[in-house]
Amino acid sequence: MRQQYHQSERFTPDKEMQACGLFGVMDTTGKRFGGDMAIKAIKNMKVRGNGLGGGFGVYGIYPDYQEYYAFHVMYQDRNQAAKRMVEEYLKQNFYVIYDEEIPTDPGVNVFQPPLVWRYFVSPPPRKKGAEEHLTDDEYVVNKVMFVNINIEDAYVFSSGKNVGVFKGVGFPEEVAAYFMLDKLYQGYLWTVHSRFPTNTPGWWGGAHPFGILDWTVVHNGEISSYGTNRRFLAMHDYYCTLYTDTEVVAYAVDLLMRKQGLPIEVLSKIFAPPLWDAIKLMSAKEQKLYTTLRMVYAPLMLNGPFTIIVSHHNEMIGLTDRIRLRPITAGAKGDLVFLSSEEGAIRAVCPDLDMVWTPPGGEPVIVRLNSKDHLLSTNKSI
Amino acid sequence: MQIKFGYRDNFLYEIRPTGVLCSECMSIDADKAVIEARDLKHKEVNDLCREAVLSGVSKITINNVFGQRYIGTRLYNPTGQHKVTITINNFPGNDLGIFLDGHRIIVNGNAQDGVGNTMNEGEIIVHGRAGDVAAMAMRGGKIFVRDNVGYRAAIHMKEYRDKLPVLVIGGTAQDFMGEYLAGGVVIMLGLGLKENEPHRANYIGTGMHGGVIYLRGHVEPHQLGKEVGVRELDDHDWQVLQTHVYEYCQHFSKDPAEILSSKFIKLLPVSKRPYGNIYAY
Amino acid sequence: MYSFQLPEFMIERAADRCIRCRVCERQCANQVYSYDAELDRMFIEEKNCVGCQRCVVLCPTLALNVRPRTSDYRPNASWTRDKMQNLKKQAETGGVILTGSGNDKPYRIYWDHLVLNASQVTNPSIDPLREPMELKTYLGRKPDAVKITRCADGFDVETESFPNVAIPTPLVFSAMSYGAISYPAYLSLAAAAKELGTLFNTGEGGLPEHMRREFGGNAIVQCASGRFGVDADYLNNSQIVEIKIGQGAKPGIGGHLPGEKVLANISETRMIPIGTDALSPAPQHDIYSIEDLSMLIYALKEATNYAKPVSVKIAAVHNVAAIASGIVRAGADIVAIDGFRGGTGAAPQATRDNVGIPLELALAAVDKRLREEGIRNKCSIMAAGGIRCSADAIKAIALGADGVYVGTAALIAMGCTLCQKCYTGKCNWGITTQDPFLIKRLNPELTTQRLVNLMRAWSHEIQEMLGGMGINAIESLRGNRDHLRGIGLEDWELNVLGVKGAGE
Repeated sequence: MRQQYHQSERFTPDKEMQACGLFGVMDTTGKRFGGDMAIKAIKNMKVRGNGLGGGFGVYGIYPDYQEYYAFHVMYQDRNQAAKRMVEEYLKQNFYVIYDEEIPTDPGVNVFQPPLVWRYFVSPPPRKKGAEEHLTDDEYVVNKVMFVNINIEDAYVFSSGKNVGVFKGVGFPEEVAAYFMLDKLYQGYLWTVHSRFPTNTPGWWGGAHPFGILDWTVVHNGEISSYGTNRRFLAMHDYYCTLYTDTEVVAYAVDLLMRKQGLPIEVLSKIFAPPLWDAIKLMSAKEQKLYTTLRMVYAPLMLNGPFTIIVSHHNEMIGLTDRIRLRPITAGAKGDLVFLSSEEGAIRAVCPDLDMVWTPPGGEPVIVRLNSKDHLLSTNKSI
Repeated sequence: MQIKFGYRDNFLYEIRPTGVLCSECMSIDADKAVIEARDLKHKEVNDLCREAVLSGVSKITINNVFGQRYIGTRLYNPTGQHKVTITINNFPGNDLGIFLDGHRIIVNGNAQDGVGNTMNEGEIIVHGRAGDVAAMAMRGGKIFVRDNVGYRAAIHMKEYRDKLPVLVIGGTAQDFMGEYLAGGVVIMLGLGLKENEPHRANYIGTGMHGGVIYLRGHVEPHQLGKEVGVRELDDHDWQVLQTHVYEYCQHFSKDPAEILSSKFIKLLPVSKRPYGNIYAY
Repeated sequence: MYSFQLPEFMIERAADRCIRCRVCERQCANQVYSYDAELDRMFIEEKNCVGCQRCVVLCPTLALNVRPRTSDYRPNASWTRDKMQNLKKQAETGGVILTGSGNDKPYRIYWDHLVLNASQVTNPSIDPLREPMELKTYLGRKPDAVKITRCADGFDVETESFPNVAIPTPLVFSAMSYGAISYPAYLSLAAAAKELGTLFNTGEGGLPEHMRREFGGNAIVQCASGRFGVDADYLNNSQIVEIKIGQGAKPGIGGHLPGEKVLANISETRMIPIGTDALSPAPQHDIYSIEDLSMLIYALKEATNYAKPVSVKIAAVHNVAAIASGIVRAGADIVAIDGFRGGTGAAPQATRDNVGIPLELALAAVDKRLREEGIRNKCSIMAAGGIRCSADAIKAIALGADGVYVGTAALIAMGCTLCQKCYTGKCNWGITTQDPFLIKRLNPELTTQRLVNLMRAWSHEIQEMLGGMGINAIESLRGNRDHLRGIGLEDWELNVLGVKGAGE
């Protein structure tokens, strides 16, 4: 698979550049709530998108199926042949517990919607052959990569347990109306993205959030180190197929946190490491840490303007690039914690916040279930 | 992917006619106008503002502002105009008062990015914090921010002859404050900082080749850009400082004597042509 | 026998400008000029002229004009003047034709067909004068992952790093041995490297003892096939130890220092008798296969207590990707690839002009192969061989190099005019000679200043171009082919380079 994929770098597809709006909200007690806040906030930032992409990543939406991996699969152009191939593949490699089309509102008008289907699957307890010793997560990643690369017109939007990604072409509120997000789903963590694509308008797969397992990423900005990041990830068997630079963030997070077991604070220091000038002034121990990270993970540094909100179960992290070329604001009220591109959007859904703060570039805001860790980022913020 | 997608207008879609808006969202009473901005789009709020100014009011209050942009911008009238005061409750969006030419804006809340962007004349008073690139390319007028500001405040602020812009920040700033400063006065008071806590900004005044920054509190030498020199204030400086600090205190009810009794330093550019000798001619 | 060769250069002297100051006579080591006091005239012996332009530059009235003599034979696309002259020379001497510096034939230069990106609208370009722009590079092997444990006040790094060398800019001085170049030139390279914080390479001529304490901290020491001057003290007074397998200018052949150039100092540094030819064997005689290389690499690591990265320098030849992969698996921390434009003090012209492949293609192939095998992080790649300007350097980094060796460009900064006569020992600029009269012409202080200026200017230009691409740290450009496009290249070339055509 690796050798066939690209005979030359010359044939790798062009990547997307985007300016966008982001929003994330989490209830730190794990209480689930509907999509109204997310939809209202992203609608407030309508001018940050251009109506050609929007998406939601929601956690906690399948409480009845929470032990099963929920695959949201998109079939471009409603290609039935692709659907048959994917279903055949899933039958061979998983136990498919239940599957259905993701319910959509027929009255809502969106551009050329593809067929989006969800499957609740479980990997076999004893895997065959060379994959015998793989963990469930690893197994799922391999199979998802296979579908994305090899089955034409089929793309897996999300593949985690008890999490779903809903995205498409249109303003995010249109996507929300199409998938009836405010009516049908309740989650404890909602992330939303409004897209302003310049390269591949109208491709449903290109919208954010980007997901692999239960990681979802929404991203604002352009990663100018994309070529470097992508080639490093290819060395670790992650292949970027979705024509968008956010993919590298999702795969890098999976590699560093799941496979290599690094904590989230270290992750943010790999994506947005401190400048050498600043490292020179730190304590010996910190110097050793940051110098080692910069040396070893240099190809995973994200250069160029970015704000990302990375989420997985129990955590939501917001991070900007180290010279803060893109904005981020965090807000908190009671148990709810918000992250957004603009403060106005947070205020539109919650006018009387307890606190509002903006961390400096390269400092993450980490929102964790059942903790007040998000307040740790306030000490260097304004 | 070969499908052609038309243009989707994210800014001008479904703008209601001004007549309808006036009757529904604005009420004018003698020389005061009150605009109800909840759920209004950016252009609609500014349409109403302009209507209000053209109808001769001198005070406008906009309520329930949540992120609407460019407030105070479309009020330029070449045939001479009276100046209005706009009070915003509570959270204006980006580019507040961009290209502002003489009016006064008061914000009872936090402002976002681009406050007073390329402002020519007028005043902006923020009872809260401002975001990134506040006072960018500002050429005249005054901006007072009660709390902190974000990155790149006063970037490329300029002065010319008798036009002298002023930015007074009550709290502290984040990195690249005063980047490319070409003129004007920036005063940073650091009121939220603890005793002996240095300001947190790095690369202060990098690329500075004009203007002056008065800093209350403490910065380390490594926080300053290489074009910046640190000096003591002379009498003229104290006069300028006092005038603006008094004005700041008036707006935000603080004690000027207490503020002025602390240590101030002056940051100046070391050369007018800091990059003259890096090129080979 | 009487020579049938035509003179290579013609010299014109403007009679009304010449003031008979005789500077040209004193400066020319090839004895082209002579003065007749009785006639008060300068006489010219053109056959000796090598075209080094020293007399032209130093003539106070700019009275001289030295130009290549245009082909006097009837124009012939196949039997060019060069070919015919070489034939006649070989007929007269029966010898191998020697030459110096790098390949001068018109093979395609890929640097001139690659263009860089700049950010607009979707990504701001960054201003290196005001915002931070980081060129710091670490050379050496990197671990696959870092194991981190939380502790009371932060994080502890558990993984032991391999030895790495930090340089503030990705530009490093290339290997030019003491013996091939003069002492002032060698000293200037070392002093410039020290002042800039970067590295210089001792070449196969060793590092004189009195320089080791002062300059060892900036030295890459070479362990070449001749093993000249290689002892434990030499190896430990360095930052990197480099095994020289080959050299771009003469792949497959060892170094050659003619006996005329082996005077007292050289003899002491290389630890060979005065006047003997310093011949490096073609292969290293304890490396006949890749497992032997592995043996030598670990021997050097033992000798330096595993404290220094070991680099292997190879010439760019046809299966360079496979060779590089083997070298990395043999334990090398750095792979240096020398393309066929690399310079030399002396090489047979036939080898120099016909053996080897361009650096650009080799670099792209090696980077791609190492990534495909998943071992790219196990080594740093240094690119050498005809880097003429900072744009070439930055394109090399975009193709995958960690750092770039600067050789011929450094010599030109010192005064060299590429007359290709380094092997005669009569370098008029005092660079590639050991003649005590000639080396006095090179002032180490001024020369150091020239080299420092060059590197600073290039580093600054690299920063400007990086900023234009919207990148503020060089590690984000390494291997990032997306920022390159090709113009005027054929399909297969674009495929090998891994670069799209402009507009694609």
